[in-house]
Amino acid sequence: MANLYINNIYKKFGKTEVLKGISFTLNEGEVVSIIGSSGSGKTTLLRCINFLETPDYGTISIDDNVLFNGENHSKLTDAQIRENRLHFGLVFQSFNLFPQYSVLQNVTLAPKLLKKGTNEEIEQKAKQLIEQVGLTDKMNSYPCQLSGGQQQRVAIARALAMNPDILCFDEPTSALDPELTGEVLKVIKDLKESGRTMIVVTHEMEFAKNVSDKIIFMADGVIEEIGTPKDIFENPVSEKTKHFLQNSLERI
Amino acid sequence: MTFLQVTLFLWEGFKLSLLIFAVTLLCGAPLGLPIAFCSMSKFKPLKYLSKVFVWVVRGIPLMLQIFIFYYAPGLVFNIPISRNINLFFLQNFGIENMGMIIPVLVAFTVNYACYFSEIYRGGIESITYGQYEAGYVLGLTKSQVFRHIVLKQVIKRIVPPMSNEIITLIKDTALANCIMLPEIIMKAGELASREMLVWPLFYTGAFYLVFVGLLTIILGRVEKKLDYFKA
Ligand SMILES: Nc1ncnc2c1ncn2[C@@H]1O[C@H](COP(=O)(O)OP(=O)(O)OP(=O)(O)O)[C@@H](O)[C@H]1O
Ligand SMILES: [Mg+2]
Repeated sequence: MANLYINNIYKKFGKTEVLKGISFTLNEGEVVSIIGSSGSGKTTLLRCINFLETPDYGTISIDDNVLFNGENHSKLTDAQIRENRLHFGLVFQSFNLFPQYSVLQNVTLAPKLLKKGTNEEIEQKAKQLIEQVGLTDKMNSYPCQLSGGQQQRVAIARALAMNPDILCFDEPTSALDPELTGEVLKVIKDLKESGRTMIVVTHEMEFAKNVSDKIIFMADGVIEEIGTPKDIFENPVSEKTKHFLQNSLERI
Repeated sequence: MTFLQVTLFLWEGFKLSLLIFAVTLLCGAPLGLPIAFCSMSKFKPLKYLSKVFVWVVRGIPLMLQIFIFYYAPGLVFNIPISRNINLFFLQNFGIENMGMIIPVLVAFTVNYACYFSEIYRGGIESITYGQYEAGYVLGLTKSQVFRHIVLKQVIKRIVPPMSNEIITLIKDTALANCIMLPEIIMKAGELASREMLVWPLFYTGAFYLVFVGLLTIILGRVEKKLDYFKA
């Protein structure tokens, strides 16, 4: 079991309060999409969950295991932070593949360095993941030889190689040409079908509607509204949500 | 004097140039690393100390620095520089009675270490933070991220500016003649005054050219080897 409990997370940078009490629960096998306008704190939330930022307050737990507790203020050691990060995977908007490594090496690097098995086991699993994202024929290519969509699929395989409980995506298709978003979204959809627990920050409303179990709408550092896709897209309660959805429809 | 005799005579001088070149590269390149890390340190006093040091060393002519290291031991500590210091490695190099090469080696090493440190710093700082974060979220340690992800990208980026410095270095060795160290140009000057031969002075250029040609080929190969990826 791996249920995620985010409770009352606060984060400020200098004087700007970016997250002002974020709480939600994500059950195993569920997909939650986070939507919201630019600057509402979506990236910051994902970065807190992946321990790239330290929240000022609140707790992050997986089942009974409290990974972070802002209240006791005891600073986590580097080793604890690394341990915590292993529960999560993060796929970046800008892919961030390692340019000097081939597709296969990108996927095997971390498991090999962290000795997650024998080299043969790790390579076999990596090849299977690369097949899963449809890039078997690109196994030995370098990132500079791949399209954006292909790079992002490698990044997904790389994150999966560490077998995280929860996979997070920060606008995985925002840096892509429109005709390449489909292939990446399809991979995420397949992951959903295989029961992956995921958090997806996205501007793709249609996609969010189709794959999510829950939608979180963030505005100004708080969760303005949370509910099923049906609730949010068909019967939004908050004025802000209505306004945001209206705007994103107009954009299309 | 025959052409061969002149060539051998000048070669004695060029051996010194090569010695300065090799020692500066072998000592200066590693020494540049801690200086670069100090310049990037989060500990402010260390950072500024390092920056001031680099500013001073890069801001003063190398020739002046040679003079400083040549005269300072005598002026400040009353230790005379002796030509008769015979260090084992100098003897192995077939060079004797040349204690004054020590201040030259020190000046070159310190000077080039500072230039190298700035190249390293520029290279390290040019890697986007996303590369580090991609490593961290996979659970890697800081040192694993640096060694296995960042380092090779840095090396790729610093090869061209390092090549430039290395090529400049062999020509800078001529500065050693300011304290009468008989490097190749000094030797040619000797021929001019003693034997009334001026052409060897221009002939020294060929030694540099051949060596720079070799360096260009080697450094080009290194660059080519890292061509397989874009960073
Ligand atoms: N490291 C930082 N230092 C200072 N301010 C920051 C930092 N990171 C984020 N912010 C600020 O926090 C706010 C929220 O940023 P965040 O990136 O989380 O928004 P977002 O919802 O992901 O927006 P977008 O849709 O544009 O990606 C912004 O006002 C931003 O300027
Ligand atoms: Mg963002």
